[in-house]
Amino acid sequence: MKKWLKKHKNFNFIAGAIITGVLLLTVLIGIFATPYDTTQMNVADKFAKPSFAHWMGCDNYGRDILSRVMEGMGNTFLIAVLTVLIGTVFGVIIGALCGYFGGLLDDILMRINDVLFSFPSILLALVIISLLGTGRLNVTLALGIAFIPSFARIVRSEVKKQCSLDYVKSAALMGAGHMRIIFVHILPNIMPVLLSSVMIGFNNAVLAEAGLSYLGIGVQPPAASLGRMLSEAQSFLFTAPWYAIFPGLVIVLTVLGFALLAEGTTEEE
Amino acid sequence: MSENLVSLKDVEVSFTSGSIKKIEKQVLKGVSFDIKPGEILGLAGESGSGKSTIAKTILKMVAIKAGSMERTTNHPQMIFQDPYGSLNPAYSISWIMQEPLRMSTKMNAAQRREKVVEMLKEVGLDETYMERKPGELSGGQRQRICIGTALMREPRLLIADEPVSALDVTVAAQVLALLKRLHDEKGIAILFISHDLRTMYNFCDRIMILRDGRIIEEGTPKELYRNPREEYTRLLLKSAGI
Repeated sequence: MKKWLKKHKNFNFIAGAIITGVLLLTVLIGIFATPYDTTQMNVADKFAKPSFAHWMGCDNYGRDILSRVMEGMGNTFLIAVLTVLIGTVFGVIIGALCGYFGGLLDDILMRINDVLFSFPSILLALVIISLLGTGRLNVTLALGIAFIPSFARIVRSEVKKQCSLDYVKSAALMGAGHMRIIFVHILPNIMPVLLSSVMIGFNNAVLAEAGLSYLGIGVQPPAASLGRMLSEAQSFLFTAPWYAIFPGLVIVLTVLGFALLAEGTTEEE
Repeated sequence: MSENLVSLKDVEVSFTSGSIKKIEKQVLKGVSFDIKPGEILGLAGESGSGKSTIAKTILKMVAIKAGSMERTTNHPQMIFQDPYGSLNPAYSISWIMQEPLRMSTKMNAAQRREKVVEMLKEVGLDETYMERKPGELSGGQRQRICIGTALMREPRLLIADEPVSALDVTVAAQVLALLKRLHDEKGIAILFISHDLRTMYNFCDRIMILRDGRIIEEGTPKELYRNPREEYTRLLLKSAGI
């Protein structure tokens, strides 16, 4: 039974690693070379069906969808990963300090957090973008900041929960300082929760990027992103379903791959 | 050596709750006692009488409102009631037991591991436990690890807050025997906190009865048994079936 379980866990990990690996490889190849020029329009190929020449077909301008998916994946990955990174790093620091020390610091930071949290994160991102201007970097920054409150809140409550356990007191008796207790003793114990919220965060970041691109303030045309392609494909859902299906499939695979990877790593004990 | 390890004088401690309307609850109402080197001092009382607060006071984990606490020992260690919460589940036994050494000595990894193996033997376990996680261990084994970890800094005082009340009877007896042996061999003083007078009767040199934040009676187990001055002590003895 135990052996079987171990195998099963490894299966999750391996499946996740393969999916994520293939996607990342595609992104890497896409940086250097794509089958067709990603912005080259071609009237003859308008809405071309998937074929050997165009594996994923062509869009309303006759551009090769595979090439654009490869470029779009790169943009989407970059934005989502950086967004989650910003959100996680600051969320963990703020949440951990609040949860551990409590008191006035906790009250002040968490009330600010509540105010930020009460805006939908898209709206918050919109405000930040209107201050900073559009562009890939600014979108990342805006989404990252908008993601901090939810991470901070999760980390805070988890740290608070851990603080009531005796091993934290025990660590203090061992002679460990506050920072060591927070980041060495407590943090590994909230990793499972943190990892799953990172996964959800990644998912949300992809969707938020799509939303912002749809509103025309995310990735600027003619550059591609998976979200942008999805929103463009929406108008041609019945004439050219492959236009929506392939970018959507890639998003699904991305999230699935990351989720499997997370499951494999957290349960591998 | 005749100097007291810890001496409390009229210590008062209170907790406040509520952020807008402060509600103050006084937990210790003038507690005075000394812990002498090498003795096993029992502290008995019902839950809510302030037993754990006394432990926290000695460990400087709570602020004293009035009175004074003097400590001649630098880092008394503590063993907790719940052996499941007191070991960090994310790390191996070896890592956990090395942590006090990492913090307080300049030993390298090999020296620390050697010390851990030694200590594991001392608490009746062996090096096969090194790479295990706390989750794989039973309550009694965990409590042994806790004792070993506490002894890593070579404390002169060990506070044991209901160390065996979460264990079943036979395992509890083994853990108590271990504590007794370590006390005899190393001369460590133990403050043994419990609500179970029956256990304390055989284990402690001296017993204090705590009620409602005050120490109402104190004496050797025999004195208390033969001639309890307070009605409350009589009641406790009776409920313990001694």
